[in-house]
Amino acid sequence: MGETSNEEQILTVSDLSVELQNQPILDKISFIVKKGTTLAILGPNGAGKSVLFRALLNLLPHKGNMKWADKTKIGYVPQNVAVSDIPISVREFLSIGKNKCNPEEALNLVRLNASKILDKRLGILSGGELRRVLIAWALIDDPNVLLLDEPTNGVDVGSEEPIFLMLDGIKKTRKITILLITHDIHIVQEYSDYLLALNKCITFFGKSAEIANITTQQAIYGEPVCVETIKSEE
Amino acid sequence: MVLEKMALVGDALSHVALPGLAIGYLLNFNPFIGGFAFLFASAVMIWYVQRITKISFEALVGASFTLALAVGIIIIPQIELVEALFGSIANVAIWDAVAATIASIVAVLLTRIIYKKLVLAMISEDLAISKGIDVAKTNLLYLFLVTVVVAVGIKIIGTLLVGFLVIVPAIAARNLSPNMLRYTVLSAVFGVISAISGVLLTSYFVTVPPGPLVVFSGITIFAITIILNRVKKLTV
Repeated sequence: MGETSNEEQILTVSDLSVELQNQPILDKISFIVKKGTTLAILGPNGAGKSVLFRALLNLLPHKGNMKWADKTKIGYVPQNVAVSDIPISVREFLSIGKNKCNPEEALNLVRLNASKILDKRLGILSGGELRRVLIAWALIDDPNVLLLDEPTNGVDVGSEEPIFLMLDGIKKTRKITILLITHDIHIVQEYSDYLLALNKCITFFGKSAEIANITTQQAIYGEPVCVETIKSEE
Repeated sequence: MVLEKMALVGDALSHVALPGLAIGYLLNFNPFIGGFAFLFASAVMIWYVQRITKISFEALVGASFTLALAVGIIIIPQIELVEALFGSIANVAIWDAVAATIASIVAVLLTRIIYKKLVLAMISEDLAISKGIDVAKTNLLYLFLVTVVVAVGIKIIGTLLVGFLVIVPAIAARNLSPNMLRYTVLSAVFGVISAISGVLLTSYFVTVPPGPLVVFSGITIFAITIILNRVKKLTV
C-alpha cells in the first residue's frame, strides 16, 4: 500500500481519533483507500466501525487528518433505518433529493423489478429488497464512493451472497470505490481487495487475501484458545 | 408527530398554551395570540434544551407542560378556564376564522418546503445529514408547524383535547396509506370530517360542547380504518 501514488488514492486518513462522551472510540488510526478498490472493515461489536464511517462522512467531531480526493461523491447506506412506521412508497423514497437518474433506472442497477416494487410500501419489503432499495438510493446521485455499513443487515443467509455479487458488478461497471463494514470473513476474502481490522485502533491493515494466514487472524482476533489448556485448568 | 413517534409530545405541547391564554384573558387581548406565543416560545426552548442536553423530547415536554398547566390554572379567571380547556366554537369570531385560515395556509406551505428533508431525517438522521440537510433547523421548523396547528385547534376544542387533531386523523390515515401522498391527503380529510361532523352533532346534543363530539367523530373514523385495514389484510 505504501507504493501507491497520491493520484490513485481516493482517501487518506492519518491519526484519526474520535471521542464520544469523553470515551475514546477510535485512537489514531491511519490508512489509505485506492480508487476502484473495495476496503472491508472488520471488527467486534463496539470496535468503532460505524463511528469510523460517521467520521468519514463528517457527521462526528474528530481529531487527525482525513482527505478525500477531489470530486469525490459519496453514497452512504446506514446500518439501521426506521421505515416500519412510515407509509412511504419505494417510488417516493427514491425521489427524495436531487437525483440524476430516475427510480426505475436505480432499481434496475440493484437488480430489482421496478414494476413490481416501485409502489410497494418501504416498510413491507423483505430484508433483502430493503437493503437493495437503500443501495439504489445511495447510487441514484451517481457517486464514485459507496460507504456500506453492514449492507446485509437483516437479510437471510441465502440472500447475502447475491447482494455482494451485485455490488461487485456495480463496482466494476461504474468504477466506484467501496468501503464496507462486515462481520463475515468469507465476504472479506471473496469481495474485498483490502482489509482494515479495527478494535478502537487498527489491528490489521493489508490485502484481504492475508486473512487466510494464521498470524493475520491472531492479529485480528487475538491468540487462539487451546483446548488442552482449558482441560488442564479444569 | 405520529411518524416521529412523538404523538404524545404533540398532545402534551398543546397544554403549554394555557398560561398564554390566561395572560390574554387577564390583559384583555386576544388570548389565542398569547397561547400561540407561549406554544412557540416553549417549542423553541424545548428544542434548544434537547440539543444541548440530549434529554428526550418526551421528558422535556412532560416537564414543561405540567408546569404550564399548573401556572395556567392558577392565573386564568375561573369563568374562562372551561373555555380554554374545552374550547367553544360559538365564540369563534370572523377574525379568528380568518387568522386560522391564514395560519393553516402557512402551515401547508412550510410543510411542503421541509417535507422531503423531514421524511429523510425520520428514516435516518445520518442519511439526512450526509446529504447536507440541517436536521436541527428542520426539527425547529417542524416544531413551529406543530405549534401553529395546535394554536389553530385550541379555539374549537380547547387545550385539553387539541392533541386529538395532531394524533387521531394521522393514525387513521396511516391504516389506509401505502404511500406518503395518500397519508397526507387522508390525514387532512379525516381531520376536516371529524371537525365538521363534531360541530354538526352539537345540534343534536345541545348540552355537550363541540370538543368531545369532534373527538368522538374522529375516534369513530379511526375505528373504521382499523376494520378496513384488517379486512384488506385478510382478503390479500
